Order: sequence, then structure tokens, then C-alpha cells
Amino acid sequence: METPQLSSLYQQLILEHYRNPRNKGELEGTSVEIHMANPICGDEVRLQLRIQAGQIEEAKFVGQGCSISQAAISMMTTLLHGCSLADAKILAECFTRMMHGDPDAAEDKRLKNLRALQGVSKFPVRIKCALIGFDALQEALKTHAKEDES
Amino acid sequence: MTTATLDPVRIRREFPTLDQSVNGHPLVYLDNAATSQKPRAVLDALGAYYENDNSNVHRGIHELSRRATVAYEESRAKVASWVGATEPAEIVWTRGTTEAINLVSTAWGLNNVREGDEILISVLEHHSNIIPWQLLAQRTGAVIKYIEIDDQGRWVLEDLSDLLTDRTKVVAISHVSNALGTVNPVKEVAAAAHEVGALVLVDGAQGAVHIKVNVQDLGVDCYAFSGHKMCGPTGIGALWARRDLLDSMEPYQGGGEMIHLVEREMSTWAKVPHKFEAGTPNIAGAIGMGAAIDFLSEVGMDAIARHERDLLAYALERVSAVGGVRIYGPESLEEHSALISFTLGDAHPHDIATILDSEGIAVRAGHHCAQLAMKHFGISATARASIYLYNTEDDIDRLAEGLEQVRSIFA
Repeated sequence: METPQLSSLYQQLILEHYRNPRNKGELEGTSVEIHMANPICGDEVRLQLRIQAGQIEEAKFVGQGCSISQAAISMMTTLLHGCSLADAKILAECFTRMMHGDPDAAEDKRLKNLRALQGVSKFPVRIKCALIGFDALQEALKTHAKEDES
Repeated sequence: MTTATLDPVRIRREFPTLDQSVNGHPLVYLDNAATSQKPRAVLDALGAYYENDNSNVHRGIHELSRRATVAYEESRAKVASWVGATEPAEIVWTRGTTEAINLVSTAWGLNNVREGDEILISVLEHHSNIIPWQLLAQRTGAVIKYIEIDDQGRWVLEDLSDLLTDRTKVVAISHVSNALGTVNPVKEVAAAAHEVGALVLVDGAQGAVHIKVNVQDLGVDCYAFSGHKMCGPTGIGALWARRDLLDSMEPYQGGGEMIHLVEREMSTWAKVPHKFEAGTPNIAGAIGMGAAIDFLSEVGMDAIARHERDLLAYALERVSAVGGVRIYGPESLEEHSALISFTLGDAHPHDIATILDSEGIAVRAGHHCAQLAMKHFGISATARASIYLYNTEDDIDRLAEGLEQVRSIFA
């Protein structure tokens, strides 16, 4: 097996988001909040969304963990502002497919700078780090849909 | 016991796993506190059992069953003398340390612990020596109390006499911390616990690996340990407990092997240790653990301890010289077992482990199943490099170089 390059993992953009996470903190007027933790490694995120008329107005998070998990969540939140719920779902699914090595997903321009995380897919034990924020997003969308129905 | 020094380069050749490249670099294995590698003697013992003697124990009348039973019981005797048991019957085979602790917390705990009774453990414990007692407390209404730790990860024992009361039924403590490497003063706490009539169980998962254990000298009632951390196979471990205690305990699981006579309403139990060994046991694992003990005895536990202490001193010096490193655990080598638990600047331990892995260096990163100890220091994780008999100064040099690379990426 070819040895994956560290440089594909620790890109400057990822390290920069790790050091200066965007949208970190408590959100006012939260519509849905999901706590997700990986008990194996201790990565943790509490994702908060404010949703209005089928659109995510604002997304914030509180969390701790490795550079990959925290940078992925930070980058994700920057793409969620003003995003429709349907597009948010597509974003999460597309990112998840990219992490599992789908080359088409990695080409999808909707992922924008999240494509910097593509290299993580070469490091199988770190994929779950990159996905924790997106798992929280998918869970949040499901929870919101259920609450909307009832 | 030999007084000769140990030659790790010669010993390494006995471990096939160590002879490989990982990510383009010769493997440096420093995750021994998670599990050790296995010497050829152990692999051969497993192979020989399955190739020549495979059969069920204590059942068959035939030759293979006889051979398997002899090898299996000989291993029990080796394990018994390894920890200084009075007789082989004091050794109960288990899947590992975790099952051994659960056996005591269940079979002894449910019949001896009542509402309002107290269970004393320490915040340094591995989850396997916390959760079984929390489950027991939930089922009985007992209360859990904790021995706290200081800023070097050592037990705070000034208020031990307040922690131990006439309601204290059991004290469950680790011999050596897997998270910080602290060698705990088990003997002292055991003596105090016995003064209030409490049972003393020791989690020896990291103890029997590095220290020549004598349960009589420690003055404890139960000692739980695993084969896989001391060169043996996974899925096998042992509970040592005083014979009278085992005799007084109810069975843990029901099934074959553990019965004497089975009647429609009520059955009677086999003698110890078989009373606690329901079902076909891990025969190969038991034989492999015996082979591991033979191997370690041949090398000599004194020589291993000296080698580990020297290498730990070298590692502490090299690792602490890397800018931004903070080491958690006792400063004194006497109180510090063969591992280094550390953080490095704002590089998360997972990132440290990934970067080291890319250099072929295996370490552990995370909370090490010791979240209470991590919380004490206000951290969620550390990186942990753990040493065993086959590690060399060269391994430590490679670790230090790897950490410099972590620094350059996270600078």
C-alpha cells in the first residue's frame, strides 16, 4: 500500500481553522442542538442551528478534539449560513461520500473549501474525526424534521 | 533469577511482529501498555497446541484430552507461582483483567454489599475498575468513594482514615496506572483497608507485567491481570483470590464444567477454581499465557525492571527536551512505571499519534480509559509512549525525532 503523505492531511487551511475556529460558541435562539461524542477518542461537538422557514440562519458549535475534527466542524459551519435544509443534507451526504473515498464527491464544487479535507480519506483511522460534525448535522436535520412534523 | 543485563537487540529477534516496516519506516512499537507483542515461544505454543493436542479439557477420556488438560493445568500452576499464590486452585482463568474484576464485583459483591455500604476506588482507575463497581452500587444502593490524586498523579492518602469506615466493604485499586504510569502504594492502602474489614482487590493489568508480584507480600485479597500485556495471547487472564474467599463465593456464570451434580431444582457446584469456569475455556490462551511466563522468567523480571527503568529515564530526558512537551505522572522514577503520558503544545494527542504513525512509531492517544484521571488535569487526552523489554534507546531517539516533526507541523 502506498504511504499517504502527511502534507495531504495537515494542510495550512485545516491547521488555520483548528487554531482559529469559526462560529465557535453558544448560539442565541437555537432551534435544534445535537451533542455528539466519540467515546473511543474523546472528540466532542455540540452543534447548534437556528432554522427559519426551511433555511439555516446561523450555525455555531462548542467542541473539543483533534485538529481534523475541529477544523472540519469549523469549515462546515461557514457553509451552513443561509443554506436551505435540503442543501445542508446534500452537503453532509456529499462530504461523507468524499471521506469514504468517492472520487466524484471529492470533485463536487458545492463542498467548496471542505475539499481540503479530502486527504483525510487516506487515513482510515482519522475518517471518523472528520465526520463527527457532519454526523451531528445529519442528526440535527432529522431531529428538526421530526419536530416539524409533530 | 539472572543478574545479567538484558540485551534488547537480541530479545527483539524473538518477536516477529517487530521486524517490519510501517509507512516506510522500521516499526517502533511504543504501545505496550495497550498490548505487548508476542515472542515466538508463545506463538509456537499456540501452534503446537492446535496442531498436536487440540481437545477439550477435563472431559475426554482419550489421550488428546489428557494432554490438553495437563498443559492447561500446568499453565495454571505457572500463573499461580508467578504471583505467589498458595496453590494453583487460587487461580481462576478469565478473559482478562476486566472479566476478573467483574467476577468479583458480581459473584462476591452482590452477596456481600448492601445499601449504604461503601466502595472505595481511586480517580486513577481504568474504567474496568470503575464501571463494575458503579454497576454494583446501582444494584445494591452502595456508595462509591474516591481516593483523589495530586498534581503528579499520585494518590492523596492523608485522609485515608476518613475514607475508610466501618461501612467500607471493598477497596478496588490499581497496582500501576495505565494512564500516567504511577506505581501505587497498594500494600499501605491494603493494610489500612483490612483494619476496617474491607476486601481488597487490585487491578494488576499493568502491574504483573513489569513488577515481580507477590500477592502475599502485597497483603491483598484479589489480584486481577491479563495475559496479553505480558507477551501472552489476547482473551486470557486470571483472577488470583485467597482460597477461603473463592470457596465462600457463589458462581459467576452457570454452565458446563462448573457443576458437581445437576438436579431439576437445584444443583451443586464444582470445587474452586472450576466453580468459576463455566463453559469450554480459552485452552490455547491459557497455554499461551504459561509460555509467556516461561519466556519472561527466562529473561528475568529483575533484568526487565532494570532495563525499563534505564530506558524510562532516557525517554523522560529525551521527550521532556522537546519544546512544548508536558509530561503527566510522578517525577520520581521509583514511583513511575515504564510509560510516558504527555501533551505537546496545542497539537492534539490524536494528531501527535498520526504524525508519529507516519514515521512508523506506534503510540496511544486518547483518555486511555481513564477519564476521571484526565479530568483531574483538565485535559481530555494525552499521548502515551509505553516501554517494554524489547524497546531500545534507538526507539526513544526515533520518538524524540518524531515529536520534533509534530512541533514543526503545529509550530
